Amino acid sequence: MTTQSTARAAATRKVNWSDYASQFGALGVLIVICVVFAIIEPAFVSPINLFNVLRQVSIYGLLALGMTFVILTGGIDLSIGSLLALAGLVAAATYKGGTGLLSAGTAGQAQGFGLWAAIGAAIAVGVIGGLLQGLGVSRLKVPPFIVTLGGLTAFRGAALLFSGGQPISTFTDEYKFWGQGMIGPVPVPVIIFLSFAVVAFIVLRYTRFGRRVYAVGGNPEAARLSGLNVKNITLSVYVITGFFAGLSGFLLSSRLNSAEQVAGVGYELTVIAGVVIGGTSLFGGEGGIFGTVVGILLIGVLSNGLTLMNVSPYYQQILVGLIIVFAVYLDQLIKRRR
Amino acid sequence: MDKHSALLWMENVSKAFPGVQALENVNLYVNSGEVLGLIGQNGAGKSTLMKILSGVYTIDSGDLYFGGQPLHIHNPHHAQEIGISIIYQELNLMPNLSVMENIFVGREPGSTLFVSRRRLEQQTRAILDRMHMQLRPTALVRSLSVAEQQMVEIAKAISRDVRVLIMDEPTSALSETEVETLFEIIGELKRSGVAVIFISHRLEEVLHICDRVTVLRDGKNAGDALVKDVTRDDLIRMMVGRSLEQFFHRNAHLDAVAAGGAADAILEVQELVRIGTPVNPAAVVLDHVSFNLRRGEILGLAGLVGAGRTELVRTIFGADRRAGGRILVEGRPVDIRSPVDAIRLGIGLVPEDRKAQGLILGLAVRINMTLAHLDQLSRADFVQLGVERRLVEEYIQRFEIRTPSMEQRVVNLSGGNQQKVVIAKWLMLNPKILIMDEPTRGIDVGAKSEIYELMHRLATQGISIIMISSEFPELIAMCDRIVCLAEGRVTGEVTRAEASLETLMHYCTLRQQVVITEGTVSL
Repeated sequence: MTTQSTARAAATRKVNWSDYASQFGALGVLIVICVVFAIIEPAFVSPINLFNVLRQVSIYGLLALGMTFVILTGGIDLSIGSLLALAGLVAAATYKGGTGLLSAGTAGQAQGFGLWAAIGAAIAVGVIGGLLQGLGVSRLKVPPFIVTLGGLTAFRGAALLFSGGQPISTFTDEYKFWGQGMIGPVPVPVIIFLSFAVVAFIVLRYTRFGRRVYAVGGNPEAARLSGLNVKNITLSVYVITGFFAGLSGFLLSSRLNSAEQVAGVGYELTVIAGVVIGGTSLFGGEGGIFGTVVGILLIGVLSNGLTLMNVSPYYQQILVGLIIVFAVYLDQLIKRRR
Repeated sequence: MDKHSALLWMENVSKAFPGVQALENVNLYVNSGEVLGLIGQNGAGKSTLMKILSGVYTIDSGDLYFGGQPLHIHNPHHAQEIGISIIYQELNLMPNLSVMENIFVGREPGSTLFVSRRRLEQQTRAILDRMHMQLRPTALVRSLSVAEQQMVEIAKAISRDVRVLIMDEPTSALSETEVETLFEIIGELKRSGVAVIFISHRLEEVLHICDRVTVLRDGKNAGDALVKDVTRDDLIRMMVGRSLEQFFHRNAHLDAVAAGGAADAILEVQELVRIGTPVNPAAVVLDHVSFNLRRGEILGLAGLVGAGRTELVRTIFGADRRAGGRILVEGRPVDIRSPVDAIRLGIGLVPEDRKAQGLILGLAVRINMTLAHLDQLSRADFVQLGVERRLVEEYIQRFEIRTPSMEQRVVNLSGGNQQKVVIAKWLMLNPKILIMDEPTRGIDVGAKSEIYELMHRLATQGISIIMISSEFPELIAMCDRIVCLAEGRVTGEVTRAEASLETLMHYCTLRQQVVITEGTVSL
């Protein structure tokens, strides 16, 4: 052992939460920003507004849950926005009973297949899309950035083809409930997001599969030599992002009362930003769901608070950009101290 | 010798880090044209001392003199300017640049905008010729062997008019012949008046190449002697305060087993063939390799670098693809296509490079240790944390793994303790066969002896062990039988009684084209 690492070992001896340190970094920033907003603009802390923030981030949040799995393995998924659009259209067409590719947009009056079929179809599209990309990454050994960049383009093309360029709009209340409804004071998408966040947290932290995701991201070769099926673990994380993209596609169409082929453009970048702000390392093996939820909330709170303060959206974008860099810088500071 | 006549003089140097006194009143000097060996167990303070000299750390107290003048080293750049260079174990070269570009990086000859490739090549050639280095200035560094890359580092230091050259474990990744070449280069440096500080775990090499040796123990001076006045045993005593016999005490409990013959073979490898390296897809890496491993035996695999030892065990373990041959476990033919298959058959592999292949450095001791054992530890896919913690705690105590807690990230453990984590990972699975590739590489003498003891215990419990080691004395001391490989073929097999440095070297060089000088054999 070098003396340097002896010293480091001694320094971290008492700090048991060091695993969380990077995730706490983002939490600190989030709390500071919330306090600042609360002081400047008291309306920010009203329950209605806070639920509003949560509702706004719930789609991003769901996508970020899946993205966390992928990034933990050292991968990336750029295709989620496009896959979301395709899944939303498929859900809408299934619900409204569109039969062919081009008739989907005009088949508003036809008999559909019901709500559950619509949700199932959206998730199936997402899972199949993720499976294809996962196979590309794990079996063909094409870098994830490239595979999902291909997916980004191809799924958007598929969405255009499927919709014929026409949105599918106007749903019944039953369909809209999932994106717009409330249970008590809580918006439905928020409940869905938080429920899945809890599930994802438990999976990553307490299950065999979660362990393996960290192991594959931390050192794929060591994981393989320990008897882990690295290929299948890699494959499955893309299926997970696909699942969340599919589910989000349905939810977004429900919330907007319209499935559009341009839905979700650029979402992948916001989602990746949220995950990274939350302390998950782009190199894999480090981070977690807690940080991701905080990171996504941070982005949502910023945009909401700044809007309340009548800051132009242009400035908002600049500020979010700066915060991303600052949060990661803070994360590195903490890690260097360990 | 005093501070005015020595080239470099360090007096009462102390350095502390939070929680640890790394160096305490350490004295060290070196003269022009002298090769100084610096030895000590891991954690003895060698690295700290060297990082002080190379300007990475500043000292808390003490005095430094360079050429008789007081010296303050501000930063690594400053150290290089005054002529102190260090070559780390992990080389710092740019793989996609050529030899000459690496040597003169940042100081390329030419005008402000353009590099004169002609002059760059001339100047590089001048240095390479002077040092008798067989390198092409325009060759890309990534196409070079480790030994050749090391030459580039040395040439780089020479191009900067180095006066003190520090080499940290320079031979750890070299073959015997490459070591010889390195020693010739060190001789050349010596003749041109450079002071060389040679840090190594390999005492034979220190005794061979150094003029004088300084020993550190627990951050303090533990001895300083002319090499001609000391023996290997003396050095070990200075390093650990114990004598050699304690490290090698393989009892002959297995003579009975050895007499059992092939009938009791737990693993039979027959005509194993492996084709293809990353560089050359047609190369024959393993050429019809056959051998047996008996129950409760420690079998050594000896060979020089490139003999195919690591490739052989990785192929058996299913980590790499085999092109032909059969493997039998307990007399039954098996088809091992991946590590998963091997593990199911009760085979474990402690890989050669524990940091790159054995451990997930950023994760906790607990998570690393149970990584191969998750199926048994889980109920309905949930890891049973209580059971896991108790199990990990048990292994930490049984192997005396020194870690503040099981939640410590393994990157913070010493080499020996890291290795114990890897071994513990496999023992949790109750393996029948444990393959250990260089199990003691880069770990200090004390931890080595613990690993040896552990291996004995396992063999006594009936676990069959295949051990690879580049250090022949270690194989001779540990193994019941040693299979020698050269260039991918089995060239000989020696029993414990027959094993000697000479016989091993004989078999391991049977097909080697190069001439081994006497100096190497005497190691």
